[in-house]
Amino acid sequence: MAQASQYWKARLIRYLFMAAAATSILIVVLVFLFLGRESVPFIAKHGLGAIFGGQWQPVSFENEQFGMLPLITGSILVTLLATVLAVPFGIVAAIYIAEMASAAEREIWKPVIELLAGIPSVVLGFFGLVVVAPLVKEVFGLTSGLNAFTGAVLLALMAIPTIITISEDAIRNVPQSYKEASFSLGASKLQTIWKVTVPAALSGIVAAVMLGVGRVVGETMAVMMVTGNAAVITFSPTESVRTMTATVAAEMGEVPFGSDHYHALFVIGVVLLLMTFGLNMVAQRVLRKYRIG
Amino acid sequence: MRKITTWIAIIVLIAAVMLGQGCGKKAEVPAEKTSIDIKGSDTMVNLMSALAEAFMKANPGKQVAVTGGGSGTGIAALLNGTTDICASSRAMQEKEIDLAKQKNLQPKETIIGMDGLAVMVNKGNPADSLSLDQIKQIFQGTVADWKQVGGNPGEILVHSRESNSGTYVYFKEHVLSKGDFAQNARLMTSTAALVQEISTNVNAIGYGGEAYGKQGNVKMMHVRKEGTSPAVYPTEETVRNGAYPISRPLFLYTNGQATGLIGTFVSYCNSAEGQKIVREVGYVPMH
Repeated sequence: MAQASQYWKARLIRYLFMAAAATSILIVVLVFLFLGRESVPFIAKHGLGAIFGGQWQPVSFENEQFGMLPLITGSILVTLLATVLAVPFGIVAAIYIAEMASAAEREIWKPVIELLAGIPSVVLGFFGLVVVAPLVKEVFGLTSGLNAFTGAVLLALMAIPTIITISEDAIRNVPQSYKEASFSLGASKLQTIWKVTVPAALSGIVAAVMLGVGRVVGETMAVMMVTGNAAVITFSPTESVRTMTATVAAEMGEVPFGSDHYHALFVIGVVLLLMTFGLNMVAQRVLRKYRIG
Repeated sequence: MRKITTWIAIIVLIAAVMLGQGCGKKAEVPAEKTSIDIKGSDTMVNLMSALAEAFMKANPGKQVAVTGGGSGTGIAALLNGTTDICASSRAMQEKEIDLAKQKNLQPKETIIGMDGLAVMVNKGNPADSLSLDQIKQIFQGTVADWKQVGGNPGEILVHSRESNSGTYVYFKEHVLSKGDFAQNARLMTSTAALVQEISTNVNAIGYGGEAYGKQGNVKMMHVRKEGTSPAVYPTEETVRNGAYPISRPLFLYTNGQATGLIGTFVSYCNSAEGQKIVREVGYVPMH
């Protein structure tokens, strides 16, 4: 009898744990189902090709157009620029903190960087609007500071703490014996860092970069405030761009329920989801490759 | 492994059933109200907050909560029963009236003031007046340089509100004759952000409620109805008597004839006291 109750207790606890684990799966499934259900009417009516139209003019008395190409290129441009700015900066900073800074220095750096990570994006956006945009306009002699570059600067500021923190962990986890072997062969400190420590920590650094880029792709508020939000196809950093996230955030509040425009916004959500999904897949591949190597 | 797949299948099924059931039901409004929710136009947020504050001072124990979000957001909230009063800077559209009919609602409109929509440029811009036609061409992108409309040579940087703004729809309908904005127009999420950008950029142009044209480093343009007619500056008289060509009424919408506390508030807005506040905030009172 006691044994049987023990058995059921164990089973019950097992199922409770399983339910907790299943919640995240459930949410992912729900999000997929919901996005799918709401975006299907648009694709059924306009076809998949409509996604690659060049004009985003969703509220119009003349001709409503839902071409998402300007939004997709806008998101890609801002993300690439932010990555180019954040990655070298973040990795070099991580190397400094992990390998060169004294313990006392590290005590100052780490909390300050974590503070940067904690700044709400709307605050950063406001800072961008009032400080960074006029500065970018002055420095580059542009007609307006509301452009892709300003957005990328703010996004880089958000990605840098992630990249620094995770890269620094990876670098510090490289076994001491690797470095000692390098030193005993007569390598200098810098040679050791570039030829031994960094390559050994590469998988962690790649993961750090991917997580940083992941944050950049999905960020909404700050880019919405400083990129100018003009839906034009461009690859110039000094032009105004409209990102997918900003479009959904700016238009969702007003859109008539069940209209073409409403469903089009869900299609944007699906495209965004596929992009981040692809990014994660690539990250996994890269990680696996370096781990084996 | 098979057990896990079964579980996932069950979860997906539950999810599908939950989705199928869709929308919930709206809560009924309680009989005795001590608080009112007002939602709607961003243009009118300052005005409604000032009115609410004065109303609460005059009626202790009553609460009036004001939120923005855009006229469209406010109308949607009214139709969904999540707000008592919708403040809107545009009249309800046919689609919205149809939706109200479907839901068996009779929105009642009350005009509490007039708003002159100002075309704003930087104070450093020498251009001083534009015709309606020139404004249309500038915002549609067919005129792209200030020297074509009496300013210093330089690319015109067009700034608009986002498409969720009542001001955007009004401007598109009445100034652009329902045409579309230039594709490279920068869309700003708030009039405050738009004013901020125009204050720092000598080549920028934008539009917004006349109340916003008096702050920062911006100036309002004189507007000519036709090429040869006199240029009119937006002032109280010119907006009310229609001499200034870009003006619009400010609406309050309620579900049916407002009664109880909601009715008291609406009539307060049109009382002498309320209209004084309308003027103080920078709009044009009805009387």
